[in-house]
Amino acid sequence: MNASLISLEISVIGLGLVLMLADFFVPAERRRFIGYAAIAALGVLLVAGLSGNGSCSQFGTAFNGMFVNDALSLFFKRFFIVAAILVLFMAAEFSDRLAAGSIAEYYSLIVFALAGMLFAASSNDFTMLFVSIELITITFYVLVSFQRGKLQSLEAGVKYLILGALSSAFMVFGIALIWGTTGKLNFTELAAVAPQFADSKIFLLGVLFVLVGLGFKIAMFPFQIWAPDVYQGAPTPTTAFLAVGSKAAGFVLLLRVLFTAVPSVTHNWANLLIIISGITILYGNLCAIPQRNLKRLLGYSSIAHAGYLLLGVAALSASGQAAVLYYLAGYLFTVMAAFMVIALVLRHLATEDISGLAGLSQRSPLLAATMTIAMVSLAGIPPLAGFFGKFLLLKSVIETAQVTGNHGYYCLAFTALAGVIISLYYYFGVVRAIYWSKSATDLSPIELSAPAKVSIWVCIAGMFWLGLFPNMVLNFANEAAKVLGK
Amino acid sequence: MSILTYIAGWPLLAALALIVVPRNYRVIIRAIAVLATFISAVLAVKMFAQFVPGANGFQFEQQIPWVESLGISYHVGVDGLNVGLILMGAIVAFAAALCSWEIQTREKEFYILLLVMTGGILGAFASLDLFFFYFLHELALVPTFIMIGVWGRGEKKNYATFQITLYLSIGALIALIGLIALYLQSGANTFDIPKIIEHAKTNPLAVNAQNFIFPLLLFGFGILVSLWPFHSWAPLGYGVAPSPTAMLHAGVLKKFGLYGLIRIALPLLPQAAQSWAHVIAWLCVGNILYVGWVAMRQKDLNLLIGNSSVAHMGFIFLGIASLNLIGVTGAVLIMIAHGFLAALTFALSGYIYKQTGTLQISELGGLCRKLPFIGTALLMAAMAGCGLPGFANFVGEATVFFGAWKAFPWVTVLSLWGALVIGGIYMTRVIRNILHGPLPEKWNSISDASSTWRKLPYALLLASLLVFGFLPKLLTDKINPDAQKIVNMATAGKNADVVIAPRSSGRESAHYSLAENQSRLTPAATK
Repeated sequence: MNASLISLEISVIGLGLVLMLADFFVPAERRRFIGYAAIAALGVLLVAGLSGNGSCSQFGTAFNGMFVNDALSLFFKRFFIVAAILVLFMAAEFSDRLAAGSIAEYYSLIVFALAGMLFAASSNDFTMLFVSIELITITFYVLVSFQRGKLQSLEAGVKYLILGALSSAFMVFGIALIWGTTGKLNFTELAAVAPQFADSKIFLLGVLFVLVGLGFKIAMFPFQIWAPDVYQGAPTPTTAFLAVGSKAAGFVLLLRVLFTAVPSVTHNWANLLIIISGITILYGNLCAIPQRNLKRLLGYSSIAHAGYLLLGVAALSASGQAAVLYYLAGYLFTVMAAFMVIALVLRHLATEDISGLAGLSQRSPLLAATMTIAMVSLAGIPPLAGFFGKFLLLKSVIETAQVTGNHGYYCLAFTALAGVIISLYYYFGVVRAIYWSKSATDLSPIELSAPAKVSIWVCIAGMFWLGLFPNMVLNFANEAAKVLGK
Repeated sequence: MSILTYIAGWPLLAALALIVVPRNYRVIIRAIAVLATFISAVLAVKMFAQFVPGANGFQFEQQIPWVESLGISYHVGVDGLNVGLILMGAIVAFAAALCSWEIQTREKEFYILLLVMTGGILGAFASLDLFFFYFLHELALVPTFIMIGVWGRGEKKNYATFQITLYLSIGALIALIGLIALYLQSGANTFDIPKIIEHAKTNPLAVNAQNFIFPLLLFGFGILVSLWPFHSWAPLGYGVAPSPTAMLHAGVLKKFGLYGLIRIALPLLPQAAQSWAHVIAWLCVGNILYVGWVAMRQKDLNLLIGNSSVAHMGFIFLGIASLNLIGVTGAVLIMIAHGFLAALTFALSGYIYKQTGTLQISELGGLCRKLPFIGTALLMAAMAGCGLPGFANFVGEATVFFGAWKAFPWVTVLSLWGALVIGGIYMTRVIRNILHGPLPEKWNSISDASSTWRKLPYALLLASLLVFGFLPKLLTDKINPDAQKIVNMATAGKNADVVIAPRSSGRESAHYSLAENQSRLTPAATK
């Protein structure tokens, strides 16, 4: 056994415990600054542990093959740590809206959820998958309902709890069925025997149930119902982490299950994936049109983006998987930028209505530009990250269409186009509210703290970097996708 | 660094620089925008002058790898097909920046968008990489929507913005699917256009793949170019657009789709192009005749110009559909000529709107007395629009008709009628109703473009029309050899009796016939 492989996860859990302990020693009014210490610690882990030849970036398996470190897990571990750092920045700005002094607890929960995501990135076994998913989900139950005094937050927490528990039940049931028929839980071992069970209805039902559980995490149709309500009610940093971290964790597990555990089944389910992806895109985009609440709008848009990401999964090819990873990387900076602006601008408003952005171009040109760039990137317009990601996804789908001759893929590509065009409407609606709304009542300038500025510039740089210089991240993504093709 | 990088790069750099200029420094903002487009235009003239006609391959090339794993690189270069387009684009952009004095609100954002649009479209024309070709066009397209939505005029502004955004996004995305399918199907594993073409010479695309991809490109690009019946966004959009935007879009950006068809679709999808040529030819009758009739009925000057600009696109499609050297050369000529013309007419209508606050033809009249310079310029533009010899449009249209005659005689007859009779009718109506006749009293206080700066854009565009009208050789010498290459590829495998420029002796005979045309045209033009 090679326990040194999990040194990164152990450090992160240790960090979470230290943050909880710090609660005892730091006076309530200074607890906000604990977050910066956590950011620094994660930054050190990112640079020292996960850079090219860092101590935690060696490959191998541990715990009888339950835990694997490979290019795919490395990609996602970097992704999750960057996401957590940006969420911690956001949480530090958000601390005045949480119950007095409870911010240290909030920080530590974020770090624990991060640990769950790191384990998810490395899980190569259904037990590991379930444990890591539960670590993420249960932490999120608390994170979602963290504003205990706010009815909406509690409502969101309860909804997330009930539906999350339901989907966990499905997943456990599915795992049990898979284990019952095949006797295997390890992905690699399962892949070897899965073709024998291609006709076993119980085995297929098991895989389907696991898909249900993961579909809940990524908000894919028809398990997307929770997303808008929870996005709207949860504290903004939680929503951001849910939109990026939790979704990405769902996708890494989905990719592992579909392409390393049961590839033989996956290839028969191409049409199912095509249909789900198409409906998810249309549902998310169409439902986003009438939304007035900004977080709810982003909730629906996140469903639509889950649909776009599923394009790459449905393509069943290495280029499709690489496209999913690339798109997620762009999505990370884009969504973080949008939620950062929401957290900063709508600070004193009871609701997060789009009209709250009115006059933002005069109140804070930097925030107005950030929100605009984020919306443009989500809409997939060059030269930003979203465009290159969508280009890769579309390319992979058309490639598969030409290789397999399945016309469903062409229909899917056109559905995605329809989605993109619909989405222009509501994304530009947000931009319009920022620059051309006449009903601005509050024109007081918004003061930004230095850390907030740093995180915003990181997001902007990320969006342009992935849009203009895709080479490096694309190479990482291609490396990572090779793992799945084995 | 290639001169092309500078031509497209200066406007983009200036756009970046404008971000940091405070918004109340209006003069400086305007000066930066005008200066950047002026440098672009001067460099474009220099490049045009240094271009060696008939040289093998591309000139002023530059290639920087961008994404190696996908074979995407920043690759620019010019041959005879795009050298004139880039010159036209840069001059129109300079004129548009000069005309932007009419924008009085949020100047900073307007100039940033104008510069992004300029840089994007000049880069797209120079680009020899499929990805950047699309990427830079998209970069230029999106500012159009914002400019129309924010600085547009009239009650129909929101509807027109909505429609143009929807139409053009759909067109661009359909073309994107076509381009991706083409990249994958070519098997060359690169986005580099010359390499794909080279690869296709030995491994042509399967015919059924061609038949799938060609319509995607034809209708995707066709929507962008307002091919009938997908044209309804154009008159409406131009009707409400601020005039610099209309100038750049109708003049330059719209030519992107046509250029894409000639540069990419014809050489790579020859069989499909041959079988779709009839469809294109008959659709362009819709442009020329139907939209021409619609233009006759317009009561608003901008809608009339918009419709006439859609009608002119028909000639270019006809030239492309004829699939022979003369037709394709003519198509490129009209693309350039129409770029100057569309920019000129929208700039003039913008001036009149600024002065009178209306473009209803019935309310105007006798303006030539108060606006001698603008009125004369409009008169000349109208004459150029109905194909009067002496202007570049005549050269292009006549060439297209010569080329199309052999391929589609009936279409050519109908189009000739559309060009000469219908075009003549609505253009002379414009002149009579707007420039001549009694001057309504309320227009007594309007004033003509007085300073040199104000006159410069109109004079520049008119001069360009006249220069290429009298000396089409400047363009045809450059276009001819490269159009020949395209036509050779597009007609490969076609029956010998339909081929107008056969591969063996095509060069000479085509040169001969074109030279003959010119010698016939030029005396007429100088009369």
